[in-house]
Amino acid sequence: MSLSLDQIHRIAQLARIAVGGEDAEPVRERLSRVLELIDQLQAVDTTGIEPMSHAMDIVQPLRADAVADSEQRERFQAVAPAVAGGLYLVPKVIE
Amino acid sequence: MAWEIVVGIETHAQLRTKSKMFSGASTAFGAAPNTQACAVDIALPGVLPVVNAAAVAHALRFGFAVGAAINRRSVFARKNYFYPDLPKGYQISQYEMPIVAGGTLKIVLPEGEKTVRLTRAHLEEDAGKSLHEDFQGMTGIDLNRAGTPLLEIVTEPDLRGAKEAVAYARTLHALLRWIGVCDGNMQEGSFRCDANVSVRKAGDDQLGTRCEIKNLNSFLFMEQAIEFEARRQIEVLEGGGRISQETRLYDADRGETRSMRSKEDAHDYRYFPDPDLLPLVISDEMLAQARDSLPELPDARRGKLVASYGLSHAQADLLTASIETSNYAIAAFEGAPQARWPDMANWISGPLSAKLNESNLDIGASRVAAAELRRLAQKVEDGTLSGKMVKDVLDAVWAGEGGVDEVIGKRGLQQISDAGAIGRIVDEVLAKNAKQVEDYRAGKDKAFNSLVGQVMKATQGKANPAQVNEILKARLTR
Repeated sequence: MSLSLDQIHRIAQLARIAVGGEDAEPVRERLSRVLELIDQLQAVDTTGIEPMSHAMDIVQPLRADAVADSEQRERFQAVAPAVAGGLYLVPKVIE
Repeated sequence: MAWEIVVGIETHAQLRTKSKMFSGASTAFGAAPNTQACAVDIALPGVLPVVNAAAVAHALRFGFAVGAAINRRSVFARKNYFYPDLPKGYQISQYEMPIVAGGTLKIVLPEGEKTVRLTRAHLEEDAGKSLHEDFQGMTGIDLNRAGTPLLEIVTEPDLRGAKEAVAYARTLHALLRWIGVCDGNMQEGSFRCDANVSVRKAGDDQLGTRCEIKNLNSFLFMEQAIEFEARRQIEVLEGGGRISQETRLYDADRGETRSMRSKEDAHDYRYFPDPDLLPLVISDEMLAQARDSLPELPDARRGKLVASYGLSHAQADLLTASIETSNYAIAAFEGAPQARWPDMANWISGPLSAKLNESNLDIGASRVAAAELRRLAQKVEDGTLSGKMVKDVLDAVWAGEGGVDEVIGKRGLQQISDAGAIGRIVDEVLAKNAKQVEDYRAGKDKAFNSLVGQVMKATQGKANPAQVNEILKARLTR
């Protein structure tokens, strides 16, 4: 399967990755090659095989419902670019 | 032309846990900003999510309560989008394989019962909160809510109009509280609904294009928003226009919905199984535990109140508003005279409820214990108290004047059931009210009630009303 340049721009936009003019074509070629590998995998007959959702064939361990974290706001916020009144500050988001 | 309004509801119910869906941070409401947001919640590099067993148990309980299929193997997926209150850049949710599939919820409408089909219910985590007030020209982010466990419950498009949608939401809200999986606190955002609304001509079997109204956090707003949105769509269609699929927000101040984002820039969430989490497998033990910890459900409890306690359907509905109320009622009924059970039901939903509302208390914190209500019923049954005196005694017990027996003793509330004593008072009243006696004999029945009233007043309401009626009638027809 081969991707179009429009698709590359759309994927880049969704992933918030800047793929500028000259970069787009090489990215298109590399991603298309990945999809070709997937095409090969999909050619295999998997009738009757239960799909796996994880590479490891083990199940999710569960955690007992207990509060286990001590408060570390000060440490976390020490590396934040901007904070005020305990809040993390980010560039204005307009809905 | 007749239009049919079609609604499907998605509900985000916050699950009642101490800690978060995937971390050990507290879920308590109202803490100082970011003091309950741990390394996992704020998405520091290298952290790993671990599933909260209690959240899974709550989801299972809900599945049983609505007769759904439990998927013994379900999968967590990443729902990818960018917003500052979602630090990972994705929300952990369930997509292709939710933990609960199908199920139904029965709702009661004026025209009868209706069964609403559920599509699914899946586990996910909540996002943080954006505060758009001005912080030096920036947006403030509080991540305390990030990672809070949610159960998203989705219906089929089975609801017809705003009233049915609200009836469904109320029934679901009551059920979630009843089985103890969600506190239902709408002010704190523990129960939030999105409504998918479309319209079609009556008789059409194709669904119209739908719009989704986000974040309805009150039943009133839900009703207003759906009504407005349906009218808007009908106007567009009748004007020859088309509905475009979009997400809309309800503005309660203006009473209208407005576009939030259209389909063109609608999110493409690129779901995929979360590699940080293994498949969630439900063991036989977990299933059995969830099933066994489920209380008697509201429907069964209502039926029992009617069949075993002789209450009317209306009374049973009132007493099953919450599991605590129905437990209180049953505790009070046990050992009380059977003939008084319907009266007791009225005391609970009447004067006791009024007191609870006044003080903003749950019935669990009632200042009149179930045992005192039972005592009250016994005192009516043995003739000590008249029905009229019940409210005063109940209010006095509430006010802390003591138990039922103590209040009766202190206030001298003993009902007068002595025929001789009542007869003497009746004679006095008759002597003083010659005019009413004359009126009554002339056929004016109203005069009789006035005479009864005079006797009751003379005895400060303590005379046995049935006896007063009897003696008065006998005297007047002499």
